[in-house]
Amino acid sequence: MDTPIILQAINLTKIYGENVIFKDISLEVHKGETIVIIGPSGTGKSTLLRCLNLLTPVDSGQIYLEGREITAHSVNQDEVRQQIGMVFQNFLLFNHLTARDNVMIGLTKVKKMPKEKALEKAMHELSRVGLADRAGHYPSQLSGGQQQRVAIARALAMDPKIMLFDEPTSALDPELIGEVLSVMAQLAHEHMTMVVVTHEMGFAREVADRIIFMEKGSIVEQGPPDELFERPQHPRTREFLWKITELYGKKEKK
Amino acid sequence: MVSKFFSYIVQGTAVTVEVTLIALPFGLMIGLIFALLYNYGGKWSTRLTGLYSLLMRGVPPIVLLFILYFFLSGQFINLTPFWAGSLALGIISSAYQMEILRGALQAVGGGQMTAARAIGMNRMQALRYIIIPQAIRLAIPPWSNEVSIVLKDSSLVYALGVPEILRRAQQLSATTQQPFLAFGAAALIYFALVFLANRGLDYLAQKTRLPAYNP
Repeated sequence: MDTPIILQAINLTKIYGENVIFKDISLEVHKGETIVIIGPSGTGKSTLLRCLNLLTPVDSGQIYLEGREITAHSVNQDEVRQQIGMVFQNFLLFNHLTARDNVMIGLTKVKKMPKEKALEKAMHELSRVGLADRAGHYPSQLSGGQQQRVAIARALAMDPKIMLFDEPTSALDPELIGEVLSVMAQLAHEHMTMVVVTHEMGFAREVADRIIFMEKGSIVEQGPPDELFERPQHPRTREFLWKITELYGKKEKK
Repeated sequence: MVSKFFSYIVQGTAVTVEVTLIALPFGLMIGLIFALLYNYGGKWSTRLTGLYSLLMRGVPPIVLLFILYFFLSGQFINLTPFWAGSLALGIISSAYQMEILRGALQAVGGGQMTAARAIGMNRMQALRYIIIPQAIRLAIPPWSNEVSIVLKDSSLVYALGVPEILRRAQQLSATTQQPFLAFGAAALIYFALVFLANRGLDYLAQKTRLPAYNP
């Protein structure tokens, strides 16, 4: 892609005690790109995402957001996190706040926006995810799919430069997955810069500009969906995709 | 005769309530700070506050009361029995309140902190706007229990000569030779106080409850 690079990671390594979660991972995300990371569970995909927005510190390597090194010591990490949106597998909505307040609180308390302006912005984002009519509901009154959409609105409200999705539909009942994926597809269509970790291959194939296959803490292969799915280069990629498409009932050429 | 009798003990009620109303908030303040330090401070904060809790809860309140009283009304700090007793009860209660709040903070969950930080809040903001408001709601039922306990434990300061309900009951029992009447009246008043306090807090729990929220 020719657009400027929004996020760049260089040689990231993360170690927990004896385990190497990932080693020397480098990647770059261009503006407007949708990157989907696939791979077996436990291969460090989620940890990688949490390192990208500095929730988890890396042990070595650098991360640059729009050219600025955010892994530098002098950086105000909280301020950086305002610019990177994150959506979690178990939604993590603030339980004591309504949907509207969940979306607003970052605006009023972190960005110090005046209340009317924040309310307007919050309702705009809730409409964007199709939940304006549920603004006054509490998370416990919403379905999983609705909660996740509110979580997306909450992240969007901060006007992030890039959105990170950590297995956003893995905790959802099957019939609720679609509504979340279509919000995400819409965002991608609107040229939001996104990095998505998911097992939803259909979404990956349809929406991704580039797919990264990660296994055992390293990037095995990456490329545009058609290339990766039709002509996977690496044997492990072939094996993984074969197993996945077998699961979904579609036989692809090996 | 009976009414003068009764009114003498009832006058002690104000003192009992005062003692409780000093001990409880004092204990809450220390308990909250220590609970936050335990959960969110460093390794040493956790160890030290944990030790405090263990020690204070491992000794009978009356023993601690005497120790703290002699310290608080000694040479370095000189407080009246009323104040020394009230603050001592507050210190004892702080350990139990710390445990209640610690549990409530933990029940809110680390995920809430993660989500708060993900939208750019710093830890203080996350605690103030996200964690503590939820923790308080969870803490109300066990805290209601602690209120009952402190109300009843306030009777321990009779040993320091503070003229609260039990002390007066004791004096009355001695002068009138009617122990059942004297201590029975005291019991009734304590019961009424505890009952009212619990009812009030139950009402508060109802009012602040979130719709269908089951943590």
